[in-house]
Amino acid sequence: MLFLLFFALPIGYTVYLSLRRTKVSGLGLGKGSRQEVWAGADNLTAAVADGELWAGWLRVVGYGALVLVVMLGLALLFALLLDSAHARLARFSRIAIFLPYAVPGVVASLLWGFLYLPSLTPIGGVDFLGATAVTYSMANVAVWGGTGFNMLVLYTNLKAIPRSYYEAARIDGASELAIALRVKIPLLVPAIVLTTVFSLIATVQVFTEPTTLRPFSNTISSTWSPLMKVYRDAFVTGDLYSAAATSLVIAAVSLVVSFGFLRVVRGRAFGEVR
Amino acid sequence: MTRLVPTGVLLLGALYCLLPVSWVLVAASKSPAELFTLGTFAPGSGLLGNLGELSAYRDGVFWRWMANTAFYAGGGALLSTAVSAVAGFALAKYRFRGRNLIFNVLIGGVLVPSVVLAVPQYLLFAKVGLADTYWAVLLPQILHPYGIYLARIYAGAAVPDSLLEAGRIDGGGEWRLLRTVGLPLMVPGMVTIFLFQFVAIWNNFLLPFIMLGDDGKFPLTVGLYTLLAAGANQPSLYNLIITGALLSIIPLIALFLTMQRYWRTDLSSGAVKG
Repeated sequence: MLFLLFFALPIGYTVYLSLRRTKVSGLGLGKGSRQEVWAGADNLTAAVADGELWAGWLRVVGYGALVLVVMLGLALLFALLLDSAHARLARFSRIAIFLPYAVPGVVASLLWGFLYLPSLTPIGGVDFLGATAVTYSMANVAVWGGTGFNMLVLYTNLKAIPRSYYEAARIDGASELAIALRVKIPLLVPAIVLTTVFSLIATVQVFTEPTTLRPFSNTISSTWSPLMKVYRDAFVTGDLYSAAATSLVIAAVSLVVSFGFLRVVRGRAFGEVR
Repeated sequence: MTRLVPTGVLLLGALYCLLPVSWVLVAASKSPAELFTLGTFAPGSGLLGNLGELSAYRDGVFWRWMANTAFYAGGGALLSTAVSAVAGFALAKYRFRGRNLIFNVLIGGVLVPSVVLAVPQYLLFAKVGLADTYWAVLLPQILHPYGIYLARIYAGAAVPDSLLEAGRIDGGGEWRLLRTVGLPLMVPGMVTIFLFQFVAIWNNFLLPFIMLGDDGKFPLTVGLYTLLAAGANQPSLYNLIITGALLSIIPLIALFLTMQRYWRTDLSSGAVKG
């Protein structure tokens, strides 16, 4: 109980900050409701019913499915290959694949944006920034930027698996491929769940890539993703209240999606955290 | 065959990840005229010219962005690491009421990153007159749930309870125990938290984009974005943007290559050697 006294300050500070943050998200609405008593609920229902926002969600779902599957698939593939005894030049590949993590999203979008430009692209004949291709082009930027980090998370988790498991499997006559599929992947499930949740959250809130690619292409609207609409409402059209309501909806969606996902696979991901 | 395939796939991945980075390295050496005439990966002769032009652009505002970014990332990561370490230590080593509640709130905080809160935060900062100041970018990034989460796990693994008990028997106060026993043992983990925070703040786009209006306070990401938004239709500005992009990733790549061994995500095993 002495501990409480000595550590009341930092914990109090932590609690205060975390409380303050939750309060802050309420304040956006509170401000609206102070001006007009029922404005809060109105803004929320308007945000939920907004067709533009739904179109944004649809685009993000398509884009997000693409990014999640390709990025996590590649991350898993590379992690397994790095961990296998057969790969040469593994150290070089690991560093190179992790390198994009050090490149800010803005700069990554900018570099790819230039590489997509018809006047600069090394690959002719493809309109990377056209209405249909632009989603794929954007997904490519996210995959490029995110694969390395997820690969590292999975790879470090693989390294923590006792080697004796593989020995046992080998004695039983399992091939490297069978070990990867039947031993490594099942043991990796908690890490895969964790990286999926983090990637899901990041995808729901995609903002930087479409915003930075916008100057290159007229096929990306100013409300391409839900968060871009929040930005436009708040700072271009100046409708702070609907922006606050929309960001609450985004927060609710990311919470529901990630907690829903965690519920499905619960116990495995956080089972090891006491 | 068993060697060629894994190595080949990994090298393909490495090539894909290095492609835009090597392109920007080459492209920054091209003068505006060479950019469109030389082949994509043919080096040009305009690197010094580009550097000079960029430094002269609006009285060297680019270098100001660089200094701002270093300040935000360095200062923010230091403060954030300190808060994370103290909070993580307290959460790992002291039993008190509400501990699990706080930890669960933190896990929730990981799932709702500050991005969604950026607009409400802006409203709050605008209310107290701190919007468009250095504080507006620095303060929201200090409390970082993921950092506290990592610090808690690391403190749990790296600081033995028996050592704290011994310190208490010798009459050390709790603050003194934290300073002389807890924190020194946590240094390797803190370096990792610092690095992740440093990169996160360095790469952050949304928060400064929303908070700042005065381009003298911009970090690189926002500065490069405004340069791009202004220059997308003027190919004469392309070489400035490309050179700026190259310069903005050099510090992070250097940090990344020199601090290799700290880029770990397996803090839970306490395996980071100092």
